[in-house]
Amino acid sequence: MLFRLKKNTKILLFSVLFLCILLFLILDLIWGSVSIPVEKVFAILMGEEVKTSWNYIILNFRLPKAITAILVGAGLSVTGLLMQTLFRNPLAGPYVLGISSGASLGVALMVMASVILPGVFGLVYASLGSWALVVAAIVGASVIFFIVGMASIRISDSVSLLIIGIMFGSITGAVVSILQFFSTPEQLQSFIVWTFGSLSGVTWIEMRVMAPIVVAGIIMAVLLIKSLDALLLGENYARGVGISVNRIRIGVIICTALVAGTLTAFTGPVAFIGVAVPHIARSIFRTASHKVLLPAVILIGAVLMLCCDMISQLPGNQSTLPINSVTALFGGPVVIWVIIRSRNVKASFS
Amino acid sequence: MDTKKYFKDILTTKQLSIGYKESKGPDFCLLSDINLTIRRGELVCLLGPNGSGKSTLMRTIAGLQAPLAGYTLVEDIPIKERNFKEIARLLSIVLTERLSVGNLSVYHIVSLGRHPYTSFMGRLSDKDVEIIQWALEQVGLTGFADKFINQLSDGERQRVMIAKALAQDTPLIMLDEPTAHLDLPNRVEIMRLLRRLAQETDKAILLSTHELDLALQAADRIWLMSKNEAIRVGVPEDLVLSGSIEKTFENNSFNFDRKSGNFIMHYQKKAAIQVVGNDVMGFWTSRALSREGYQVTCEEVADCKIILDEVNRTWNLILKGRHKTYTQMEALILDLRKHETSKLTQN
Repeated sequence: MLFRLKKNTKILLFSVLFLCILLFLILDLIWGSVSIPVEKVFAILMGEEVKTSWNYIILNFRLPKAITAILVGAGLSVTGLLMQTLFRNPLAGPYVLGISSGASLGVALMVMASVILPGVFGLVYASLGSWALVVAAIVGASVIFFIVGMASIRISDSVSLLIIGIMFGSITGAVVSILQFFSTPEQLQSFIVWTFGSLSGVTWIEMRVMAPIVVAGIIMAVLLIKSLDALLLGENYARGVGISVNRIRIGVIICTALVAGTLTAFTGPVAFIGVAVPHIARSIFRTASHKVLLPAVILIGAVLMLCCDMISQLPGNQSTLPINSVTALFGGPVVIWVIIRSRNVKASFS
Repeated sequence: MDTKKYFKDILTTKQLSIGYKESKGPDFCLLSDINLTIRRGELVCLLGPNGSGKSTLMRTIAGLQAPLAGYTLVEDIPIKERNFKEIARLLSIVLTERLSVGNLSVYHIVSLGRHPYTSFMGRLSDKDVEIIQWALEQVGLTGFADKFINQLSDGERQRVMIAKALAQDTPLIMLDEPTAHLDLPNRVEIMRLLRRLAQETDKAILLSTHELDLALQAADRIWLMSKNEAIRVGVPEDLVLSGSIEKTFENNSFNFDRKSGNFIMHYQKKAAIQVVGNDVMGFWTSRALSREGYQVTCEEVADCKIILDEVNRTWNLILKGRHKTYTQMEALILDLRKHETSKLTQN
């Protein structure tokens, strides 16, 4: 029989996870196609000029990539947890409200619509440069989010909202398919590459936009903790203890849209993490309490993404695997193992 | 205690109309001009057949649904519909629905009752902790604090939710069919608990239920609802004696028996049978025979008679001049059935 973990055990687990992040962060910086000695990596991080090319690789490539991994892992896991609690559904994740499909529609239009509307999109694409896809994804995600958001104000039950989100996913998916059908192989490829997801595309300038938004979203989630716990009892009990469920729902949706939308814009849709990490956290910490789960998913998500980033960096090879495949390939078995071992999904969503 | 305070009304409804607002056309009104009260320390049971509007009345009082007219006061404060934060300090609810989450500790669930009083981040003060401990003690679950909710039986789960309502520290507690999923011992236990809580904590407790017999035994007063009729309010015994309960639950296949306080099922009557002997054994024999479809009587019936022997617990059946003695009712019933079938084939 499972029992609640003792407070000390929890503190121990959190410390271990935190040390894991530090460890994997350092490993992630050392790991790569160009081998740089450990002590040199530390020297570069301390601000020393060791070797121009090494300095460049560490500071402008590996460090932003590692930070992106942490932000993606933490951000998507938090939003996944919020969605699973809101919808009381173990399959919910950051993308159920159509945010990733909105973003991919934006990108697909930007990359491929020149076939249908030559000129306009091409011009925008050219003038925005490296920001083109980011802007397209943000606009796409915002539009879909706006529509789903309006629906969420009108609809007062979460299950209908979930279905509407999934329907929007299908509709945008269909539009993207049509665009793909009419586009050239080159356009198709650049779209497909975007859907693979990538942590390495984020520059320091982009980081200045991405990091604050993700951090703000996570802080917002922290403020929701108290109400989310009550929401676990069901919407009627939550109302009974004084929660305006509608207000919490809107808060959760805005938080998710902000975090997941921003991350998707900069890294492409990173599948799986958002759905899986809350399950892993629940099974490790044996609780449904958000006071424990929220910091837990942040840490576990970050650790997992750093691991995935290292795996995608094949040693002795210049190329990297698409991060999207790695998260599923590596994370899938982990989740299956967790579910078989602890049956915690049933305990959380019976 | 100040008697004036003791008889103070905790809940008052004034000219309340319940029903549904329709977006098109006129409102659908279930019941109007409802004026009800619950006094301090009183346990009130809301009774009525399905579809009589029990849930709608409960939802309207709890502020989950807007009244079509009128208003509700809890300790003289009006319930504003959907103003959950304010309502949560006036009344707490226990619902029929089972929690869908399993891995929350009992302590955590009860602590959620403190939600309306805790700070922004939900930190529990010493007073909060004290109240949670008290609530767990009241429902007899002190040793269960660290257990997960999915490790508890249905009766224990219901007690956890009652503890949550107690922790909410409201003058009124409302329970929607609190005994619905429970077996008889647990049902009785929950009603006893609620009765004790009402008396000891001076709260007003309102519960809706289908358990007529339990309600008649435990309630201080009963609100009796039936379709399209004004709610009848009274002490259980008054409602029984006035025939209100009989009338509300009137039906072709059974009726409420004023003498026993039970429902009696109507069976198709085949033939008359005379039972001689009248004690406990006579009561249960009559029950078995009416289930079998006999019209039990104490008057003389030719050729069909059962004489009870209370001392040896035996049944002497006299059927068409033949005597037979039985030590168990089962054998007696089987022989009667055989007799009936042979009668049918002869015809």
